[in-house]
Amino acid sequence: MPTLFQQIQAGKVWDFHGGIHPPSRKERTNQKPVALLDIPDRLYIPLRQHIGVAGKVLVKVGDRVLKGQALTQAENAMAVPVHAPTSGTVLAIELHTSTHPSSLAEPTLILAPDGMDEWRPRKPLDPEQVDLYTLLERIQESGISGMGGAGFPTHIKVNVKQPVDYLIINAVECEPYITADDMLMQERASDIIAGIEILVKLLSPKAVLIGIEDDKPIAVASLKAAIGQKDNYFVREVPTKYPSGGEKQLIQLLTNKEVPAGRRPLDIGIVMQNVGTAFAIAQAVLDDIPLIHRVVTVAGETLAQQQNVLALIGTPISDLLNACGFQAEPQQRIIVGGPMMGFAIADWSVPVVKTTNCILAPTENELGAASDEMDCIRCGACADACPASLLPQQLLWYSKAHDQDKLAEYNLSDCIECGACAYVCPSEIPLVHYYRVAKAEIRETQREALKAEQAKARFDARTERLEREKQERLERNQQLAAQRVAQQQASGQTTQSAAAVQQALERTQQQSAQPLDKEQIIAERERKKAEALAYQQQKQQAQTATPAEDTTATTAEDPRKAAIAAALARAKAKKQAEAQPEAVGQPAPAETATADIPEADAKKAAVAAAIARAKAKKLAEAQPEAIEQPAPAETAAPEVDAKKAAVAAAIARAKAKKLADAQPEASEQPAPAETAAPEVDAKKAAVAAAIARAKAKKLAEAQPETSEQPAPVETAAPEVDAKKAAVAAAIARAKAKKLAEQTQMQQIASEPATEATVQAEAVPAEQDAKKAAIAAAIARAKAKKQQNSEPL
Amino acid sequence: MSIITALWALGILALVFGAALGYAAIRFKVDADPLVEQIDEILPQTQCGQCGYPGCRPYAEAIANGDDINKCPPGGDTTIKKLADLMGVEAKPLDAAQTPAVKRVAYIREDECIGCTKCIQACPVDAIVGASKQMHTVIVDECTGCDLCVEPCPVDCIDMVPLASSIERWKWDLNAIPVKVLES
Repeated sequence: MPTLFQQIQAGKVWDFHGGIHPPSRKERTNQKPVALLDIPDRLYIPLRQHIGVAGKVLVKVGDRVLKGQALTQAENAMAVPVHAPTSGTVLAIELHTSTHPSSLAEPTLILAPDGMDEWRPRKPLDPEQVDLYTLLERIQESGISGMGGAGFPTHIKVNVKQPVDYLIINAVECEPYITADDMLMQERASDIIAGIEILVKLLSPKAVLIGIEDDKPIAVASLKAAIGQKDNYFVREVPTKYPSGGEKQLIQLLTNKEVPAGRRPLDIGIVMQNVGTAFAIAQAVLDDIPLIHRVVTVAGETLAQQQNVLALIGTPISDLLNACGFQAEPQQRIIVGGPMMGFAIADWSVPVVKTTNCILAPTENELGAASDEMDCIRCGACADACPASLLPQQLLWYSKAHDQDKLAEYNLSDCIECGACAYVCPSEIPLVHYYRVAKAEIRETQREALKAEQAKARFDARTERLEREKQERLERNQQLAAQRVAQQQASGQTTQSAAAVQQALERTQQQSAQPLDKEQIIAERERKKAEALAYQQQKQQAQTATPAEDTTATTAEDPRKAAIAAALARAKAKKQAEAQPEAVGQPAPAETATADIPEADAKKAAVAAAIARAKAKKLAEAQPEAIEQPAPAETAAPEVDAKKAAVAAAIARAKAKKLADAQPEASEQPAPAETAAPEVDAKKAAVAAAIARAKAKKLAEAQPETSEQPAPVETAAPEVDAKKAAVAAAIARAKAKKLAEQTQMQQIASEPATEATVQAEAVPAEQDAKKAAIAAAIARAKAKKQQNSEPL
Repeated sequence: MSIITALWALGILALVFGAALGYAAIRFKVDADPLVEQIDEILPQTQCGQCGYPGCRPYAEAIANGDDINKCPPGGDTTIKKLADLMGVEAKPLDAAQTPAVKRVAYIREDECIGCTKCIQACPVDAIVGASKQMHTVIVDECTGCDLCVEPCPVDCIDMVPLASSIERWKWDLNAIPVKVLES
């Protein structure tokens, strides 16, 4: 039994399952020399013409580029650059319809050739002199990707670690019409062999097998002549059968080995390169010509001259057709690629790319459009024709049902999409199309699964992080609490209030102990007081002249009276301020709702709004002071009448001050809201405070609404209102904070009282914090509403 | 007499097997419910909460406890089918209220973003980058299209845009309307 290598040496060629014999129609173009075309007016160079990622663009719009100059730079291993096919100016870098069945737009560089065809400096390499790395680098830099169809970057395919038994050069070109490789072999056989030699240097295989169909006798002869007496170069003629040019089929034909499903030929020691790729490698290494042109078969009966042309990458297909005497039929179809595996294009301006080997412009009689699909009759002809030994009818069934598990079970992934099954199908079912859809769906599912996995990982990471942060916060709080306790214990194990008193005492002692000139300090203080007073006076006077006397008077009198007087003064000031704008405008006797103010009074409205804001602020200030005081019974602060509320608040504040100043007498204060006259009872005080606070909140809520009223009148109203609402929210928050502080202080104050008091207080305090938070949220929501209604 | 022997024998056997089974139940106890894991594997992990549960895992647990399998719009019919296979129940169409949407991703109109970080807090998969008072943006590749960031945005500057088609994702659309050039 001879070994495989011996059998190969003996010239044995095996067979593969299935296959078809469509009319080849190659005789139309395989006798004519490859034509050279004029440089087209525009070149559309897609930035990505291979499987993988596009490189980084190196040129700018308006740059002049030389022939062979790199336009992009490969930034990772899967990228190869594209080059300027001729010298010219970069017109644009924009989206242009791609040479792809989807016709989706892709980033494309548009080049305006200048006709000079001026080369960049070239540096040919001698493959005998340079190392492998330099060769690989040159192959990548020259932008070479597989020219058979898939466009896999060549430098990756030839950079292998495993030992390679056979280098197979695919020169089969089994698809009808296409003779591009045939013509290349007839004309440039020695260059191809030089390219193969470079590949041999890179891969060091045991033998080189050149597979070529037996309908290309001239190509076979010229290749054999070019090989001469070289050892272990075998040209193997394979019988004409479609699709013997498929990678796995050719491997089976030449070596009788099958590539296992889901594996690469490299796994069984085989590397396959297209003959056109070998030629491109030779040009890149020996002449430093990057991949800027390729042989394209232009065929079809609508053309006066069916021939092979050497087309620059980026030449619009319409230009190619016109150069061959194209007479378009009605409903003309233009197919890129062969009749079996090619695709029709809608836009004829798409360019020739590195993988374009054929352009077909057939007449309707020559290649009829797909007729209507009929039902599968389960004749099994497709299974006989399938070169991958699959069961196409089953795959069709499951493709239609979107049953991905079954499709995997029937090895859809091994389908090479050659179209043999569709060719033989008596029902004219476009089987391959179904498989392509199914494959795309499977890819999508896999992508989704991967994404779901990533999303889950991120979600888990996030959950864990949040949990950790929460834990850390908790620990920190506990630590702080422990510290506080420790401090308290350190300061004599006294109660909180005692500690506070102690601290205050210490402070005063420190102050008195200070060796500074006391009189000086006092003088300084007096001066500051005077300054503050003067400032206040000025302010008051600016607002209104009348209460000036009162304010000056307050300085002399005792603090209690002073507080009352101040409140009264403020109230008056407010009234005055309100009265003023109305006096300026219409002599409106009553303070009607601001919404009624006509447009002429926009200014007035603005002023009113400003006042309302000011009040809101004042309210906020007044609030914490009113806490300790039993406020008069304002059952509901009317939403429209913010002014009244403000006045009431001012009164309340005055009372609060009074109370604060004369705390022992607080019990005697006549509180109209309260049912029973209170004693000095902390509990009751707390309840009252809660009531006051609730009212204040109501007021705060009412505030934004009232301030919104002048909105229709004002031009810049929505913005102002949003701001106002934001201010209100801030106020609400501030209140909440103050409340919290206040309750703490109250706690301290009522420390000597019973524990029950403390408990009773704790509850409303919590509620208030909550309420305040709610109020803040409401304010925010209003702000949002306001913004939403803005366009209206 | 012989019947008593038989009863004894059977009784002892029952005790022995019972003990063995009881031991095995404790010794080889399965901690987590593997069913939940399996269901969670099937779910698309968008964490969008459209099923009414706060994430995919809670929904997986709910399904394991007998909830409907047709509440996952991002998963669509494929997920329902897989769940039906796994759970051994009839596959139902997607809940009428929940329409299976086209794949979408969030997009922040960046000049309108005020940098409030609310969307960042809402994103279940940390697919939004940004800092306080700085512009935020969405990492499109990580976005699951769950919509959860849209609601919290105070200035409504987040849109859900359909994922742009690309050559890699193109699906050889069979249902494309056949275009024919009419004679003039």
